[in-house]
Amino acid sequence: MTFDIQKIRADFPILKREVHGRPLVYFDNAATTQKPQSVIDALVEYYSSYNANIHRGIHALAEEATLRYEATRQSVADFIGAPSADCIVFTRNTTESINLVAHSWGRKTLEPGDEIVISAMEHHSDIVPWQLLAETTGAVLRVLPIDGEGGLRWDEVESLVGEKTKLVAVTQMSNVLGTINPIAQIVKLAHSHGARVLVDAAQSIPHMPVDVQELEADFVAFSAHKMLGPTGVGVLYAPQALLEEMDPFLAGGEMIRRVSFEDSTWNDVPWKFEAGTPNIADVCAFSASLDYLADLGMENVRAHEIEMVAAAMRRLSEIECVTIYGPKNPEDRGGVVAFNVDDIHPHDLGTVLDQHGVAIRAGHHCAQPLMGELDVVATARASFYIYNFEEELDALVEGIDAAARMFRAPARTGA
Amino acid sequence: MPQPVPEPEFDELYRELILDHYRSPRHHEPLSEPDVVAEGYNPLCGDEVEIRLTFSNGAVRDLSFHGRGCSISQASGSMLSDLVIGKNADEIRTLSGLFTTMMREPEGESPEELGDLEAFQGVAKFPARVKCATLAWHTLEDGLTQHEQGGHAVRREE
Ligand SMILES: Cc1ncc(COP(=O)(O)O)c(C=O)c1O
Repeated sequence: MTFDIQKIRADFPILKREVHGRPLVYFDNAATTQKPQSVIDALVEYYSSYNANIHRGIHALAEEATLRYEATRQSVADFIGAPSADCIVFTRNTTESINLVAHSWGRKTLEPGDEIVISAMEHHSDIVPWQLLAETTGAVLRVLPIDGEGGLRWDEVESLVGEKTKLVAVTQMSNVLGTINPIAQIVKLAHSHGARVLVDAAQSIPHMPVDVQELEADFVAFSAHKMLGPTGVGVLYAPQALLEEMDPFLAGGEMIRRVSFEDSTWNDVPWKFEAGTPNIADVCAFSASLDYLADLGMENVRAHEIEMVAAAMRRLSEIECVTIYGPKNPEDRGGVVAFNVDDIHPHDLGTVLDQHGVAIRAGHHCAQPLMGELDVVATARASFYIYNFEEELDALVEGIDAAARMFRAPARTGA
Repeated sequence: MPQPVPEPEFDELYRELILDHYRSPRHHEPLSEPDVVAEGYNPLCGDEVEIRLTFSNGAVRDLSFHGRGCSISQASGSMLSDLVIGKNADEIRTLSGLFTTMMREPEGESPEELGDLEAFQGVAKFPARVKCATLAWHTLEDGLTQHEQGGHAVRREE
């Protein structure tokens, strides 16, 4: 074991609960993670001791709330290796961060015939904003294909990214296949053609060390709720100079400097992109999640997940008729394992597993085009985090066995 | 670890009759010369059904059902096929209406006319699965309408 799992588990009150009379086995961490007591306490602390609106009060509470809110911005910058807190924009989630780029950078930059390149393994939130942007600007959406093991086909990357490319938008870690994409290499190629790169880091930043300056990425989007933090907080990172070139996103209070009925001028970045009263409580509490992960060390988090995934793949492959999708080598993938059992539909499997206390995701994982590529309608997905341990896989395997007994056609049982 | 205690609701969702129809679906061989082919698709779940129909004297003469998807969606199609062969469009629409109503009322009673379809009553307690149960019925109704309008093929997305 990389770290003391029982000590970690004691920090997460929800892990003490039972589901259908069985201990909760929470394997749906790619959807959202559970929260440690320190994050829950931080929320309570905000509301019970310094609740106030920020950037506009001259009283003590407003000053304290502003300080704590801005201190979180600095913690985020430190966590991802950004050069300054001014590169960090708070949004609601990854999806909003991506939409912000499509709106504020894409609309003024793209022209008819320009190309936006995405990959076949993107989440809907890294597909649909670009479709809309292509519609409004006349740009063209191109898709990087994947190989049989769920990796990007580098030959295709090299031939698709070219002079017409203005943006490459790609996930650093697939939420279905677990594939880890070579972002630094993609950035080099894209930059050599003058194209920008947006990294969907919703699955990577919570699970592995990521340094945005090392990657040289132009835009990086992720969500607090997938890394121990509260829901309702997303992050967009971009170099300050790039943020300054961009148009405002939402308009209203906070994002302005001066307003008259004739015209208005904008606040400095990053506040230019944070119109209205932001999610102060959740941003402040996000700080506690970053502290928790930093204390564990992201290298350790990654090492633990490789162990979990290796064990899960081993246990699953021992079961008859299980298909596992994505890279074969646990070192090449994040903490998610998507699989199917025979022709048992994932929703049936998910319902039976739930009876065993095991929470997994079943469905298309907001990646319908990828389901098409894999030629399945849906998959089951187990995804892990710092508080999961190998023995929990027993409940998963038991549940799958139970489902197989229930749903398998009689001719095939005992065969 | 303790053995799971199957909860009453779980047993009601997966009634033995539903599992039986899922494992051994009836009228599963696609009709080779159908008058109408109706397909239904639920992109959210990935459930797919195809119903083929022949008609004589205003009634369904024969019907085949096949598809891929969860046990609820496939068992629903299989049980429907047993029930509607020989019935006319009005009778089938009445049954479909009764079935859809039953799916909307978790605490309701199953009407007598639905016979074995009573097995689906427990599904009403799982809102996420109701569409799985109704997909085949809505697809069948599309097929009937298509036939009345002189068409041969129809596809619906739920
Ligand atoms: C790879 C990836 N991108 C984007 C998202 C969207 O995140 P959010 O729903 O927090 O906006 C997710 C989460 O489901 C994801 O896994």
